[in-house]
Amino acid sequence: MSAKIDSPAPREPFDIDDPRLSRFDIVEEGARRDDIEIVHYEPQVVHGSKAERRLTRLVAGLFLLTGAASTAFLIIYIWWPWEYAPGRGGDKFYTPLLGLTLGVSLLAVGFGILIWGKKLLPKEVSIQDRHEGQYDAESGRIAGETMLYMADELGVRRRPLLGISLLAGLVPVTAVAAAPLVGGLISDPHKNNQLATTGFAPVDGQPVRLIREDGRPIRPADISAGGQITVFPGIDHGVSNRHADSPTLLIHLREDDAQRSREANERVGHGDYMWGNYVAFSKICTHAGCPASLYEQQTNRLLCPCHQSQFLITDNAKPVFGPASRRLPQLPIEVDSEGFFVARSDYTEVVGPDFWERP
Amino acid sequence: MKRRKLDVAAMPGRTARGLDERFNGATPLRKLLNKVFPDHWSFLLGEIALFSFIILLLTGVFLTFFYEPALTEVIYNGSYAPLRGTPMSAAYASSLNISFDVRGGLIMRQMHHWSALLFMAAIVVHMMRIFFTGAFRKPRETNWIIGSLLFWVGFLAGFTGYSLPDDGLSGTGLRIASAIMLSIPVIGTWVTSAIFDGEFPGTIIISRFFIAHVLLIPALLVALISVHVGLVFTQKHTQWPGPGRTNNNVVGERMFPRYIIKQGGFFMVIFGVIALMGGLFQINPIWYFGPYEAWVVSAASQPDWYVMFLDGSTRLMPAWEIHIPIGDGYVIPPLFWPTVVLPGILVGLAVMYPFLEARRTKDYRSHNLLQRPRDNPSRTGVGAMALTFYIVLTLSGANDVIADKFHISLNAMTWAGRIGLLILPPLAYYITHRICLGLQQHDREVLAHGVETGIIRRLPDGRFVEVHQPLSSGHEELEYAGWVVPKKMNRLGALGPAIRGFFYPIEKPAEAPVSPGHPPVEPLPEREKIGSGDQRS
Repeated sequence: MSAKIDSPAPREPFDIDDPRLSRFDIVEEGARRDDIEIVHYEPQVVHGSKAERRLTRLVAGLFLLTGAASTAFLIIYIWWPWEYAPGRGGDKFYTPLLGLTLGVSLLAVGFGILIWGKKLLPKEVSIQDRHEGQYDAESGRIAGETMLYMADELGVRRRPLLGISLLAGLVPVTAVAAAPLVGGLISDPHKNNQLATTGFAPVDGQPVRLIREDGRPIRPADISAGGQITVFPGIDHGVSNRHADSPTLLIHLREDDAQRSREANERVGHGDYMWGNYVAFSKICTHAGCPASLYEQQTNRLLCPCHQSQFLITDNAKPVFGPASRRLPQLPIEVDSEGFFVARSDYTEVVGPDFWERP
Repeated sequence: MKRRKLDVAAMPGRTARGLDERFNGATPLRKLLNKVFPDHWSFLLGEIALFSFIILLLTGVFLTFFYEPALTEVIYNGSYAPLRGTPMSAAYASSLNISFDVRGGLIMRQMHHWSALLFMAAIVVHMMRIFFTGAFRKPRETNWIIGSLLFWVGFLAGFTGYSLPDDGLSGTGLRIASAIMLSIPVIGTWVTSAIFDGEFPGTIIISRFFIAHVLLIPALLVALISVHVGLVFTQKHTQWPGPGRTNNNVVGERMFPRYIIKQGGFFMVIFGVIALMGGLFQINPIWYFGPYEAWVVSAASQPDWYVMFLDGSTRLMPAWEIHIPIGDGYVIPPLFWPTVVLPGILVGLAVMYPFLEARRTKDYRSHNLLQRPRDNPSRTGVGAMALTFYIVLTLSGANDVIADKFHISLNAMTWAGRIGLLILPPLAYYITHRICLGLQQHDREVLAHGVETGIIRRLPDGRFVEVHQPLSSGHEELEYAGWVVPKKMNRLGALGPAIRGFFYPIEKPAEAPVSPGHPPVEPLPEREKIGSGDQRS
């Protein structure tokens, strides 16, 4: 082996009871039995030297620092005021102080151990042989033959029925293992047409009111021109994640914007979806379902902060930039006899992110 | 009865013999103690991931004692006054309690989050080290595959954990995840419905994510990590080329005692750094985000850094929707390509790379010696290309924040990302390839002509040349050995070793090394300075 250029001349036979052997000699022999040659072994510091004493003091100092910092951690943990109080207070320093003392304590013990190992222990260079790569063809063949012999013993080749029937039995058994998992988890996504309905679906033929987050219904006069408000279906749990598809943006457009918007609605057959200058679009982005909630009044664009899709409200919420490919669905609205906004019907398109079988 | 005197000095030997007689373990134990590890700082990057994982397990167990994985609606009544009286899920309320009502809970939560970020970062950097040095080549392809899978399992662990607090930000992430599942052709709605038990968000997703996050995924991680580390053990670590190092040996230190002591110290240092970060640097302040509500989101909502590249790819994707006009018509949403297909391709390419490279170079031998990145320009170029691709995507994941902070148009940022994603990676390949060739050439040049000394000599005919110090003593040509070529005179011992000691020297400065056979160089005798006349005194 070319690497063993440094190795000395052949040694005399090893006898563990030889009294002349030092413990290092025994270690060396053990290493040799594991194909390791310790070619270089050298203390880094001279025993009793100034450098050794300095390093020892340093390591000991670090360990003592660990003790001090850990004690400080415990004291702070127990006696520092930790319960949250509004405003500025000592409790705001609780976590930073814990982190500081714990960090210092662990870093000190870490560096102490590192210096101990790196500087005080002897430096060595050992060379170990790798054995993989020297592929032993014979023993590989023996292993192969052993396996083939096992197959012979089973006699699958002589008794083919056993093999076929075992296969026929095992395939359903694996299916049995998977069945409860798949069967338990599976749930029809089209149950109650849930992907296409929202909380605005009329209840018993009665149109659903638009309400605010606090549950109050909305009159047209509540929103000034250019203003907008997030509205919810006025049903049980309408303002909750149970109806995560329902949040809708009700916008009071200025006169000229409303005119443009009306023309755009006509083009897509939504001529009667607006009420006056009011228009309502789903707030759930058709791209990934985030709420498209940043409304720029000047340009009438609605921006989704997750992936920056932009929808032009005056053009029937057409996506004009970003990864969204579909308009925000429009909610047909009107004002009921008591003067509150209601949804004339549910959304006529699927709300939220797109999917394969979307009609 | 006379009691036999206890011989303390003989105890270890007796115990060892007793154990060996029963378990026959002395020889395997000696083999374990006698294992040589090559040493280089870059071999410790994987350890950072391993140690962060241990800290993740420790802090994670603590968190489970106080966390309640339920979407049941409760009214918050804890210490954090601004949210008191707010209806929220039990999961979010218990996460707030960990932060405010459990003594030391916040530091545990923050340490858990920081070590997760560090875990993923260490995996990425470790993977780059493996790639650029060619450590994935035969016989280590399996470990490369396991490592690439570990990134994605870690990704899942991170994402499920990120979702558990059910705060405004994590709920938005979950919403996007449901949209990604929905976008899969044919089975999308069924997959989403199976995981969420109906339409998003349902009521069970948090408990499912909880069991995945605390049992299934960690079990998978432990299994993969065990095999990963076990294979490093049995296959033995790769090493850099160098004196005495061949493809068939390992040159380094035995595992015990020095190597393992250094590992132990390193673990404590990582632990300490994470403790400092967990205490001093705020991470994921869920109380600012409020409970998840489907209609609320804030600008600059970014995921954890390792998810940002997918967020970026989603933002850059043009709005290409594919219609399939069969029957009622079917749709492949644009979301499908950057979030399902792209990760699929990335996994596939990473897993296949060792075999693709072996096929291209027709090199099917075993390699235990590492390559310097410059010695394989095309691989290094491919790596730089992949890295550039990844960085463009990650930056695009924050393009709204960049646009805001640097007053750039958001749409311009998106277009810059789209164009950059196509143009920059090939450019990175070309530049890296050229740099590698240049470095190779310089190595060969120094080997042939020697190190620049900085001494300029004027020849009799008036030309100026720089004196070079040849590296070989004779005139034979030096062969490139795949390792660092000294390029500065200091590396050849032209300067004496530095004097040790911080404030004052702790040892007598060693003699500057001199070539054998030459007498030590005497300092030049003092000579009078030559200057202009008025400086003379």
